[in-house]
Amino acid sequence: MGSSVEVRKVGEEAKLKKGWFLAYKWLILRRFSQVFIIGIFLLGPLAGIWFITGNLNASLILNTVPLTDPFLTLQVWMSGRDLESQAVIGLVIVLGFYLFVGGRVFCSWVCPINIVTDMASWLRRVLGLPKGIDLSRTTRYWMLAVVFVLPAIGGQLYWEMINPVSIVQRGLIFGIGISWVAVVMVFLFDLLVSSDGWCGRICPMGALYSLLTPVARLRVTASWRDKCNDCLDCYKVCPEPHVIKPALKGESLGLGPKILDINCTNCGRCIDVCAPNVFEFAINFSDNSRISL
Amino acid sequence: MVDEVSKKPVVPVQKKRVSRRVFLTDSARGAGVALIVGTGLWSKAKIAHPIPFREIRPPGALPEEDFLGRCIRCGLCVRSCPYDTLRLSKVEEPGVVGTPFFKAREVPCEMCEDIPCVAACPTGALDKGLTDIEKSRMGLAVLSDQETCLNFLGLRCEVCYRVCPVMDKAITLERSQNQRTGNHAMFIPTVHSDHCTGCGKCERSCVLTDAAINVLPIALVKGEMGKHYRLGWVEKEKKGSPLVPSIMNKPLGQWGKDK
Repeated sequence: MGSSVEVRKVGEEAKLKKGWFLAYKWLILRRFSQVFIIGIFLLGPLAGIWFITGNLNASLILNTVPLTDPFLTLQVWMSGRDLESQAVIGLVIVLGFYLFVGGRVFCSWVCPINIVTDMASWLRRVLGLPKGIDLSRTTRYWMLAVVFVLPAIGGQLYWEMINPVSIVQRGLIFGIGISWVAVVMVFLFDLLVSSDGWCGRICPMGALYSLLTPVARLRVTASWRDKCNDCLDCYKVCPEPHVIKPALKGESLGLGPKILDINCTNCGRCIDVCAPNVFEFAINFSDNSRISL
Repeated sequence: MVDEVSKKPVVPVQKKRVSRRVFLTDSARGAGVALIVGTGLWSKAKIAHPIPFREIRPPGALPEEDFLGRCIRCGLCVRSCPYDTLRLSKVEEPGVVGTPFFKAREVPCEMCEDIPCVAACPTGALDKGLTDIEKSRMGLAVLSDQETCLNFLGLRCEVCYRVCPVMDKAITLERSQNQRTGNHAMFIPTVHSDHCTGCGKCERSCVLTDAAINVLPIALVKGEMGKHYRLGWVEKEKKGSPLVPSIMNKPLGQWGKDK
């Protein structure tokens, strides 16, 4: 019986029970979102349709609405420079969005590196590779501290010299050069050195975005946790598996069913792979009512 | 009962101790990784980024240190440029990755009157205080090779002089005698830093295979006299009379021509 559990592929049961589409629904939507975002940025240079210009660091929609990335903008601010109005307006819009949907939605729905690390994570599961170096997940907050303190001392945006997130995204839009090396490095790091290493342990950008999550209204919710059959598939696909347990198993302690951990990326893979349909996306209101998505 | 009493205090306390130690070692490891990365970045910035001398910053760019603290590498200036002059530095190029620049020999700055690149900058890395493009100082043209410049050879090329958007101010033709022929004039293209914007049109247009006139970052080429220097003739003009009157009263010698 033990061997049959090991052989069973993650998400196989959900595919049989719910059908292929529902077993991949949120993954497909997420891939669509990630490709779509790069796509609309590329519409300008490739087709001359300038819906949005710039890149994820700062952009301008239809030549009027600015968007600026909090991670970059706060580094500028930390370096002792005042922020111009365009940067502030863009910052407010972006902050507003992520405060509502959860900060790390950036990681799983927007960031292009996520496709790379998801692939590494998938391949690691398929090949049955060991976990590798188990860096603490708090490492990213130390990284965040260093990334923000450096500009305060030296007056420059040091992390941007190597930040693979912006280097790759900018490369895709403005000419890749050898920036794809960053993709390979992150991929190999996650595959061979540390599982969920980049996004889950190192990336200070995700760390900053996670800090926007506490007031988020959009949450993955284990609404039907009594139906859980303990197959563990959700833990296996989750890039931040520690976030699930309180919501799924914490009923006796008065926890859940909302996933409240700030590092849940709202990727929705747990919803996909769950055969008994325990999880759902829900927009929560202050009177404890919620709309299921 | 005894079990319950003994278990309850023992198990959680033990757990706590372990988890605290784990927490501390984990934190120390995390902090260690972050500090290593931070130190690496710090020294990389100190060592690897001299002023990239063939990569000219857009108009209104703050001095390099300030520029690198403000520029968020979004490329909005690049997109706003109607002549596709500006590019963002790639990983393999000498400049700081993601920051805007142009190469004068490839596409020079056309000096748009409304300076769209400055208007597009969301963070003020390109200074909005620059409203007159002729006041921009992207770099400084230097006639770097007098051995190949055709005008220095006594020919009449002077394309650089003619394409200069600040004509007769940023580049002038200074006449001197052609020592080789003895009876011809030479017209030496001469750059004046108080008018040259560093747009690079001269470098772009230089007819040679490799340009004899090049736009370079001002910090790289401009000298600095030092505050203590006083130029006698300037001071004299300021004062309106000779600085040391007695000199003019000295008795004229046998060679004196002044009468």
